[in-house]
Formats: sequence, C-alpha cells, structure tokens
Amino acid sequence: MNKQNVVVRFCGDSGDGMQLTGNMFSSLSAILGDEISTLPDFPAEIRAPQGTLSGVSGFQVNLGSGVYTPGDKADVIVAMNVAALKVCALGSKFNDPKAVFNPADSLFKPNAVVIVDTDSFTKADLEKALFKTENPFTELQLPETVQIVPVPLTTLTKESLKDSGMDNKSILKSRNMFALGVVCWLFNRPIDKAIHFLEGKFAKKPALIAPNTKVLTDGYNYGNNTALNIQTVNIEKSEGLPHGTYTSIAGNTATAYGLIAAAQKSGKQLFLGSYPITPATDIMQELAARKDMGVVVVQAEDEIAGVCTAIGASFAGDLAVTSTSGPGLSLKSEAVGLAVMAELPLVVIDVQRGGPSTGLPTKTEQTDLLQAVYGRNGECPAVVLAASSSANCFQFAYEAAKIALENMTPVILLTDTYLANGTSLWKIPSLASLPAIKPQGVPDKFKGQYNPALRDENNVRYWAYPGMEGFEHRNIGLERDFAKGTISTNPENHQKMVLARKAKVDQVANRMPLLKVQGNENSDTLLVGWGSTEGHLHVCADELGCALAHFNYINPLPKNTEEVLKKYKRVVVCELNTGQFASLLRSQFKIDFLQYNEIMGQPFAVERIVEFIKSL
Amino acid sequence: MEASQFKSDQYVRFCPGCGDHAVAMALQKAMAEVGVPPHQIAVISGIGCSSRMPHYISTYGFNTIHGRGGAIATGVKTAHPDITVWQMSGDGDCFAIGGNHFIHEIRRNVDLNICLFNNRIYGLTKGQYSPTSPKGFVSKSSPFGTVERPFIPSELIMGAGGTFYARTLDVDMPTSVDCLKQAHLHKGASVVECLVNCVIFNNGTHNWIADRNTRADRTILLKHGEKMIFGANQDKGLALDNSQSAFPKLIVVDANDPRVLVHDAKTKDMTLHRMLALMGYEKYTDMASFDADTELPIALGVIRSVEEATYDQAVHTQIENVRAKAKAKTFDDLTANLEHWEI
Repeated sequence: MNKQNVVVRFCGDSGDGMQLTGNMFSSLSAILGDEISTLPDFPAEIRAPQGTLSGVSGFQVNLGSGVYTPGDKADVIVAMNVAALKVCALGSKFNDPKAVFNPADSLFKPNAVVIVDTDSFTKADLEKALFKTENPFTELQLPETVQIVPVPLTTLTKESLKDSGMDNKSILKSRNMFALGVVCWLFNRPIDKAIHFLEGKFAKKPALIAPNTKVLTDGYNYGNNTALNIQTVNIEKSEGLPHGTYTSIAGNTATAYGLIAAAQKSGKQLFLGSYPITPATDIMQELAARKDMGVVVVQAEDEIAGVCTAIGASFAGDLAVTSTSGPGLSLKSEAVGLAVMAELPLVVIDVQRGGPSTGLPTKTEQTDLLQAVYGRNGECPAVVLAASSSANCFQFAYEAAKIALENMTPVILLTDTYLANGTSLWKIPSLASLPAIKPQGVPDKFKGQYNPALRDENNVRYWAYPGMEGFEHRNIGLERDFAKGTISTNPENHQKMVLARKAKVDQVANRMPLLKVQGNENSDTLLVGWGSTEGHLHVCADELGCALAHFNYINPLPKNTEEVLKKYKRVVVCELNTGQFASLLRSQFKIDFLQYNEIMGQPFAVERIVEFIKSL
Repeated sequence: MEASQFKSDQYVRFCPGCGDHAVAMALQKAMAEVGVPPHQIAVISGIGCSSRMPHYISTYGFNTIHGRGGAIATGVKTAHPDITVWQMSGDGDCFAIGGNHFIHEIRRNVDLNICLFNNRIYGLTKGQYSPTSPKGFVSKSSPFGTVERPFIPSELIMGAGGTFYARTLDVDMPTSVDCLKQAHLHKGASVVECLVNCVIFNNGTHNWIADRNTRADRTILLKHGEKMIFGANQDKGLALDNSQSAFPKLIVVDANDPRVLVHDAKTKDMTLHRMLALMGYEKYTDMASFDADTELPIALGVIRSVEEATYDQAVHTQIENVRAKAKAKTFDDLTANLEHWEI
C-alpha cells in the first residue's frame, strides 16, 4: 500500500519510553527522506500510577510528503497497554464511564491499524483502566473497520532477552523497542538503518546497545515472519524540499541554537539567566550543556532573578536572554519594564502553556500574546515575535537577538508547548549564510561626553558598558532627561521620552519583511493566524482554497498589514485563545474581523476549522 | 587616585544630616585608595534613599528596581568578572523585597561589594517600619508598635554562608573607609553593614552607640590579629567565659587580663564571628529590652573575612575547562555533530 503521508501515535504508560520511541521513529523516517511533524502529548505527572488512564503518555508523528502538522487523527496506533488503548479510542472522553468509540473524539481514524500489547489484558490491568468487562474491544465498541493487531509484546520481549542476563525490570523496559521493530517493519524502514540510529542514541550507554538491537530486530522479524494480517505501507518520499543538509529538531533546541548562532555572529557573549519551568526548561538545559560554545548560564533563585541577572549582563555588554513560560513572564514584567526604560537589549523567551495561573503546564496555548504586548506598567513598548514551527524557532530566536542588539530594546519571543516539544525538519544553515548582526555601539566622538540618553537617527540609544574608558554613565529605571540622561520629572520631557521609546520600537517595522499571503490569494476569504498554528492553517487554506496571512511579527506589525487585510471580504482570525490577536488587530485597523477560537490545550484540528469556515 | 575622581557631577540629594552623605564620601575615598579606575567599576542599586548612590559616583552605575539590585549585580559580575561590582542597598531593599536575591548572592559567594545601609526605617516612602526595626517600633505603618521580630543582618549573612561581614557607623569615617576598602579587596560577597541615621524619620536610631560621648565604651573596633580592647581609656577587653555554663559567653574583662581574645577574622569557623556580631545586639531587636547600660559593646570593623572560591570565577573556569577539551567550538562545529542527512 502506498500513502502520501501517515500519522502514527505511540502511547503507553509514562514510564514506557513512548517519547523516546516516537522520537527515534520520527528521526529515522526523516533520515529516510520523509518530512515530519511531531506532537508529544504527556501528562504533568512524572510517573502517574502504572496502568492508569491518567498516566498515559502519547507521541504522535505525521510523516511523508507535504507534512505541515502532526495530523488530527492517527492512521496507526501503538498501544502498550489497555489504558492507552482506551485513551486513544475515546480521546478527551476517556474519563466518561458511558463513553464508547466516536469518530469525532477518537484519537485515531475509523480505519486505523491498532497494534496493542495483549499481555496487558489481565484482570488487574483492565480494572486499572476502568474496563467493566474482559473484552475491551467490544466494550469500547470499536468499529469493524479498525484493524486490531494483537501482539503479546511483553511475552515476546521476555523471550527475546531471556539469555541476556538482564533483570526482569530492565527487560520489561525494552518492550518499546520491540514495538518500534514492528512499526519499522510495517512501514518498510530498513532495519539496519534503525540499528545504526539506535547505536548513536545509546552511544553513552554501550551496554544497552546489544539488548536493544536484539529486541528491535526480533520485533521487526516478528512482523516479517508471522506475516501479521496487515499490509505494509510505503510512504512517499518528500519531493518538495530544497536541497541541503537536514536534521530533525525540537523547538526548544532550535531556540537555544538560534541564540548561540546570534551570539557568535554578533561577537557577543551569550548570557542566559533562567529558572526551571515547564515547558521552557529544555532551553536552559541545552544552553547549560553548551559551555563548549562559551555560553554563560545562571540558574537563578527565581524567575525575577532570571531576568534581572540577564539585565545585569546586558548592562555589561552581553547578548542577554531569559527563558520562561507564562507564569514566569508575569513575574518578570517589572524587570522587562526596566529594560524598556533603561533601553537595554534583552531577549525574553516565553514558551506559552495553558493558563492562567499554573493552568495546564504540559499543554499548548496562545494565551500570552496580550501579556507580551501590554503586560507592564506604564507606556512600555517592546518588540514581540512569534515562531511558527519547531524548526523556525531557530530563525526567530536569531531574529529576536538581532533586533534586540541592533535596536536596544527587549524582544519577547513567543513559542509554545507544541513547538517546544514537537520536532520538525530543519535545514541546517551555516553561520556565514545568516544575516549580519551589528549590535548598537557608540561613536568615539562621544568619549568623555557620553550620556545614556544619546540616540541615533532611528531613536536607538547608543550602547556603552563597563570596561569602556571615557563612557562611564549612570543608567536608571527612573525617567531621564532626553538630552542629559539624568533623572527628570519634567512633564514635557516625560512625554517626549515616552514617544521616543515608542518611535524606536515602531521603526523596527522598517527592517522587517512584509507580510506574505499564502494559498489562493484571489479568494474572498483570508485566514489570519500567528505563531504555532501556521502548519494547521496552511493545510486549512489548501483544503478550502482560500488565502492565509500568517504573522511572525506581532509588535510592531508588518508595514503592509492593513493593505493585505483590506483586500479580503471575509477575514477570519484563528487562534488558540479567546481572540487576543483579533483584539490587537481591531485596535489598529477598522476591519470587520471574524474569529475562530479553540482553547483546549491542544493544537488545532484541521477538520474542525475547515468545517467552521464552510459553515460561514 | 583622589576621592574627587569618583565624584559624579550630580548634586547630592540626600537630606541634610543624612548618614548616607558620610558613607558616600567614605566610599569615594575607599575607591580612590584601592585605585581601580572608574571605567572598571559598576555600582548597582535597587530602590530607596541609599539606592540613589550610583548617581553620585563617577563610575558606571545602574539604579534599577526595588529589591533587584542583588540579582542585577550578580548578572554584571557573572558576565564579566573583570569588572569590580558594588551594590548599594538599604534594609528594606535588601531584607524585604530583595531578601531572596540577597541570601542567594551571599550563598553563591559572588564577588560583590555590598554596602548595606541600615537605618531601620523606610525613608523614601516616608517612614514605615522595616525588617530591621525592633519589635514594638512605632512608625506610620505600625502606630501601635510592630508585633514582629526583626532580622539581624549579620545572622542572616552568616546563615547564608557569608565570607565577609563588616559593620561600621556613618559617623565613624576612618572605620567606614577601612571596612569599604577591605570589602573591595576581599574576593567574594563582602557585606559592609553601615549603621546610618535617618534624620527625618528615625533620627537618633543609632545614637546610643554613635554618640561621641559614649561611643568608645559602647563599641569595640575589631582588627584582625589584634587584641579585642575597647573603652574610652582602652582599659576593657573581651574574653570567653565558660565558668557559668558549658557554652562560653563573651564577657568584658580588664584590658590586661591574659584571657583577652585576639581577633581572627580569617578563620572559617564562624562560631565566634557570630557571637561577636550578635554581641550587645539584643537592644537592636526589641524596644522592650532596650538598656543602654549593658556592658557588652557593639562590634565594629571587619568581623569576618574568609577566602573561598567565588561563583563568577568558578562559572568561567568551568567554561574554560570544557572549551579546552571540546572539539566543537563554533556554531558550525555544533551542527556538524548533529545526526544529519542530505536531501
């Protein structure tokens, strides 16, 4: 069977290694020439009680060609236990004791292939997953079109490793490799490539290579020899990608790399002040591991100290960054205001998660947009950017650093859980190919007469920092005199300074790319989105034959925004919140905006948007 | 260098009679005597009267937001350990809103010189009690007296593992200059607690030790390696006495008594440093127990000065060690090491 693209979902207990298995399969597929988009979907608990519904961890990948999203629903499910089977079959209704399979809620399609570990069909396991009978398939009322592939995964893994000398616990941990082997067979992934990949993955734990290779191979052969009653699938290789060197990358890693590249391109030391918070922590961990790149990381005592140490480093002349998620951005607000007032470069990365308050720490949402744009005391403009794929987190982290250093302003980069943990293909750029970064400096002529209010023709303040002789000055969070840079409470001066800081942020639009329309430009319907929803909206626009304007630059907006929006009869702003970008646009343009909003902690489902637009 | 080289062109706006004037002069003098040029120094502050200090010093300066001076100073120093970093902070800025940053900069032993202006009141917000105001203190926000215990700064600093602690009085210029100089020279988080008078909202708060007539008997100036002797006639000394209990107590003895202690600021064991810092301090913690006639003096001078690895240096040493061994040094090396393929 040939398919253009296939959605596979691995799910099991949060200790079953589903994220690792999913990532390995995705990367393997990418190496074989597929486009990929992944969606890790895990509970907030590190280890919920084993075998329970709340402990199910999932990893979904869409692979093939023309891949823009991780897919609404899976074609193939690998369920490591009955709890995972139930969660996938019922979707968000899994906790409802009366729920049965319903195509709208289910995480897989009615004609999906469901590989399930039948060794987990014990009475105890069924009870933990809240099944009332001994036949989960009947109880879930799975339609006949679903192809069940029962595999005694646990027994087969034990059999495979019986001579390995490993203890039972370690053997059971290898079940995921058996499942991966079966999936590799199903999709005709060459086993030698998978083994090679596994060797790389376990390079630091060589003792694990041999047993995992054995289980993987046995899983593959199990599919091959027993000729499971399903057809193997050939996935079309991607044709549309530009030539180049690729890897698959998660958004948080891409963000960290973008910052490293920007530091090296600009000749600045990279300094990160941060505090652990889901789902942003990986950025700090990645940078803390990059001492070889000379990155200075302070794991601060709290979110406020994270941003404040960064502001200190910026005052001292570094490319300074703080990374966080929504609640942390709230805590940093006052300090971001200081950076606005002191006109220091600062990159603030907000990996958005479900809010408000602690909210849904492991789920995705676009609900920090207005906080990023407005959430500070006083007239406090900052540049706000949003990445729109896991891979382009690299580009926008780089861009955020470039704008901050060149314009002496804080830049807030919005990503989210979906981009941060998901992976996509990344065409690796060379440092030489990236745009130049020219950090603001100060002309020599000001030596001996420098003050921190001096600015260039673009309203960008000149940057001098400790160590530079003849440029000693006092910076402040108080209002300063436009000419002298000293404390001022003069009324006219305050207004002048407020406008100067605003003009500085507004002029960034002069150096930004114009907004481009994707899809059918001549349609009378324009979808509008921003940030992580680009892939989903792109597919929607394709299916609907309409146009899409997707924003990466939130504040300031691209200069042609109004011109683009005014061309369309119907403009539908689609976002994962209750209408934040729509309200920002309404505040600037007299256009009748329609809205499509979802706020369920999940990425969009393409089919729901398509249905909504068709209903208009 | 001359103290005048460290004076900025700004008119000093502390209230006439405020203790901060004297500390500003002492600081400029200490900076001149140590001789690090102004462009190699950054003075960081939060918010409060004393946090205006950077405006009056001709070095680099940054008057930031309330309580965050410690975190910002940590950033400056960790980014660039070659810069000498001072932090100016008051008892509200440092012990209330900025308490967390304060204990952590001490714990990490960041090489900062911290001037802690303790006037036991919120001055810039016009007279509310602070975390160092004694229990029972009457202020605008405690019209019937406070019902809470204060922090004892030295105890907090040593509890956080402080490597340098000195105490001085605004009116004692030579001791202030000496303490600030030694803080400057000490590698690590150095705290100089400056007992300053707030002439407007807490006038005379330190008078019982600062008063010219009683100061010599109510304070002792500790100097490393010297006998602990004090008094207007230098006739009194400090000794440890364990005749009353298993735990020795500090007592006042005749200056010639062989038991008179010699001050060792450099010993790592902080037991005696804590005892010296807390000596006579009960008066500072509770209005009800105020008794100016107690025999034990308040210790001034450098009480503790211990050399330990600093955070900022350790961060950079680790980076240098990793870089020396690393094969990948540039962004292009980094990406070349990723699993990658050609399309």
